[in-house]
Amino acid sequence: MKKTKFDRNFDLIVSVLLVVLLLSVLYPLYFVVIASISDPSLVSTGRVTLYPMGVTLDGYKKVIEYEKIWTGYRNTIFYVIFYTLLSVSMTMAAGYAVSRKNLVGRNGIMLFMTFTMFFSGGMVPTYLLVNTLGLVGKPVIIVIMGSVSVYNIIIARTFMTQSIPDELFEAASIDGCTHLQFFFRIVLRLSPALLSVLTLFAAVGQWNSWFNAMIYLRDPKHMPLQIVLREIIISESNLAANTDSGSMMGEDAARQALLVESMKYAVIIISTLPIMCLYPFMQKYFVKGIMIGSIKG
Amino acid sequence: MAAKVKQQTNKKLSRRILENWQLYLLLFPVILYLIIFAYGPMAGIVIAFEDFKPYKGIFGSNWVGMKHFIRFFAMNKFKLALKNTVTISLYSLIAGFPLPIILALLLNTCPYMRLKKTVQTVTYAPHFISMVVIVGMLRVFFSPTTGIVGNLLRSLGLLNGSLMVLTSPSAFPHLYVWSGVWQGMGWSSIIYLGALTGVDPSQHESAVIDGANKLQRIIHIDLPAITPTIVVLLIMNSGSIMNVGFEKVFLLQNSLNLSAAETISTYVYKVGIQDSQYSFSTAINLFNSIINFALLVIVNSISRALGETALW
Repeated sequence: MKKTKFDRNFDLIVSVLLVVLLLSVLYPLYFVVIASISDPSLVSTGRVTLYPMGVTLDGYKKVIEYEKIWTGYRNTIFYVIFYTLLSVSMTMAAGYAVSRKNLVGRNGIMLFMTFTMFFSGGMVPTYLLVNTLGLVGKPVIIVIMGSVSVYNIIIARTFMTQSIPDELFEAASIDGCTHLQFFFRIVLRLSPALLSVLTLFAAVGQWNSWFNAMIYLRDPKHMPLQIVLREIIISESNLAANTDSGSMMGEDAARQALLVESMKYAVIIISTLPIMCLYPFMQKYFVKGIMIGSIKG
Repeated sequence: MAAKVKQQTNKKLSRRILENWQLYLLLFPVILYLIIFAYGPMAGIVIAFEDFKPYKGIFGSNWVGMKHFIRFFAMNKFKLALKNTVTISLYSLIAGFPLPIILALLLNTCPYMRLKKTVQTVTYAPHFISMVVIVGMLRVFFSPTTGIVGNLLRSLGLLNGSLMVLTSPSAFPHLYVWSGVWQGMGWSSIIYLGALTGVDPSQHESAVIDGANKLQRIIHIDLPAITPTIVVLLIMNSGSIMNVGFEKVFLLQNSLNLSAAETISTYVYKVGIQDSQYSFSTAINLFNSIINFALLVIVNSISRALGETALW
């Protein structure tokens, strides 16, 4: 089929628009990368724009020497592993249960769950409850808090309703298979895509989270990576130091301040790297997850 | 097979529950979690009507009725937080809602597969970056004297001296909203792209035969195909107009831009967790939740009355 002139021009405009959007999203990310390996004095005077200049790894060295980062890293990995295990197993189990027609009271149970998506007790009652349970200051609260996501349960239910028909269980139950056996032997094996989606949702969510840690944790030794990051890149004292003009500082202090700037770029890269490395592999799963969720959304 | 399922459903209720007890076992952890961590705090809302003292407990504290509600309605700080919340969310909705739709339509009509894939990969990526890092990036980009944005504006002669974006109240909504658009645009477009894959290609083919150009096909075929999705998302978003996310606002706040950057959620945090005014803070939060819930119900029923898609 031959394209009309209008359509050819239209394709051109569409492509130009997409390229503009592409560059405007990409450039800030690219800039962080080149700024992190450039000479900080060239970055701060605006000379670095399109490619790295005066390549140096001083920022990275400074980050690597900063012990708190590694404590944060270790804690975050620990939280991510246990939170993900807990969250995915609970979501899969509940998702399977509510996807079965045999579950008496299914509509009531769904209402009980979805209501919590639209109404909650709020920050203070939740805090007071956790306090009453004696979990403030205990790392275990980071693993428990938010491990149930009703939205994810709905994704799991939709997936299982479609891919694991009730008849399959009927057939298996004739041979004496119970729901538990069926769940562990059949359902889990038939749902690798769903498992990946839920695992990735949970792991990324926990990797990036800091709010619960800020509210519920007390001991600096327990703090996750994001809390340490926040101290480095966005504490208010940094901003105040920045607002003072450079001339007021001594030469040495000025260089120190520049190195801190450079460290910020490096720390952004170091903390985001694990996710960005995984990202190309998980992209299709995430997209799938959204699609499954939207069917019944 | 169908007959068997039918037979199954006709069995006595108690038998069916007993036969499927393991399903309830699988459901148990989630139900327990929700009872404790979702419904537990909801019960705790009663402290909004008390003068709650931790040592007296929920049952021992004095009942004060609407005292806290009357107090915060009279407070200028609360009015300001309310105004900021609504401003930021309406602005987010107006700026942030149409762009993902446009992006999805563009991607769907884009004839070059490689360009399409690249744009998707790049625009989805910021969604996975943590809020701390996003705000950290804003901090370094818009830094008053050393940031790239300030440097660029100074070299173009558009700015003298320091860039005040991070500290100026009037810049706060723009900073918040447009960085949000940057981060979320790609990710939000996925759901529309999904709806667009449901369009029957034969519709496009016959439209081409009738002489419709690409733009006409987008307006008359693609757009109607995603309208239900648009409506559902609009409902969901309207329901959270009073619910500006806590994290980003809190991270972007500083003493200088606070007059535009204090929202209800950050105010609730400061009054409740930092100052330990538990009852007062819970009252504000309850007011907020009720407005949100009411908005959701109203928008949903309007949409249903208009014969459009509804959530329930």
